[in-house]
Amino acid sequence: MTGQDFPEPGPFATLSGAEVDLGRLRLRLVAEAERESLLDVVYRTVDAPVGRLLLAATRRGLVRVAYEVEGHDTVLATLAERISPRILKAGGRLDTVAGQLDDYFSRARSGFEVDLDLRLASRFRLTVLEHLREIPYGSTASYAAVAALAGSPRAVRAVGTACATNPLPIVVPCHRVVRSDGGIGRYVGGDDAKRALLRLEGAI
Amino acid sequence: MGREPFEVVVERYGPMVLRVCWAVVGPTLAEDAWSETFLAALRAYPQLAPDSNVEAWLVTIARNKAIDQLRAQSRRPAPTERLPESIRWEEPDAGLDLWDALRRLPRKQRETVAYHYLAGLPYPEVARLLGGNPASARRAGADGIASLRNMLAPSAREKGPR
Repeated sequence: MTGQDFPEPGPFATLSGAEVDLGRLRLRLVAEAERESLLDVVYRTVDAPVGRLLLAATRRGLVRVAYEVEGHDTVLATLAERISPRILKAGGRLDTVAGQLDDYFSRARSGFEVDLDLRLASRFRLTVLEHLREIPYGSTASYAAVAALAGSPRAVRAVGTACATNPLPIVVPCHRVVRSDGGIGRYVGGDDAKRALLRLEGAI
Repeated sequence: MGREPFEVVVERYGPMVLRVCWAVVGPTLAEDAWSETFLAALRAYPQLAPDSNVEAWLVTIARNKAIDQLRAQSRRPAPTERLPESIRWEEPDAGLDLWDALRRLPRKQRETVAYHYLAGLPYPEVARLLGGNPASARRAGADGIASLRNMLAPSAREKGPR
């Protein structure tokens, strides 16, 4: 490329320098995309006592809850790859779950009533996630107990993996699974987050 | 590597596309052209080859949507000119002055300066978009910029017919 090819603003200085605020245009894009069923994934963040959480939903329901330590950009890139790159930041579909999370963290709610899209978990991990929802608010279960619930009593390590890769932490309560020896066990959001959730629920 | 979330595309190229639309169709139709562009881009995005030049792809779509807007405008009564609210001019008159100059350029020059100077497409890309060869695109760009400089020079604005 020659020097002449390098664009300089010249007469466009006023236009190049003008501030562009896409807020209104983005809202319009989201509304039109939603109307034409072109929005495969929407996301937003919420600020919670355990840090900023990323919430993502498909048309089927909530598909991902991610802690900041997981890297929200990385999580979105993975959603683009595994579900669809048609991803936009938009409230709408996620307002209900965001409100329920607020209630949960202020102890006004003990469970979540939102549609879930569990497509990111498969086979045994999916079975484990389904059984996690049977552990009541305020109580805990051991990895071994969950393995038994899931019908594979010897698959204790696989339960650990299923919890560590839970696409919907908090909403699907993998934080209620602890070690049989009384240890708290590892957590996708970090040990502190797990302890904070169990304290919030009065389980420890 | 797969494609990035479309949100990243809007964030990265949204302002550039709005400036390009503004320069090609003017203040009144720029936001409609932008919206049509990104809706069409969102529709086609999953089929875009992962190693594509996203910027050139978006400008190609924006050009088609801009031309649609111009055609539709010629079929309906001209609405009153208004500045799109999404662009914040330091002095609102600067925007109107610039559009007043741009609209007097032949369309090929106007498009060329938009795609080269605002979108940053090199002349061979501009030529691919508009037809013709890189040399003629370069000439159209140089002529367009020279005319704009003339029309926007303070002396021209004082003396010239408006």
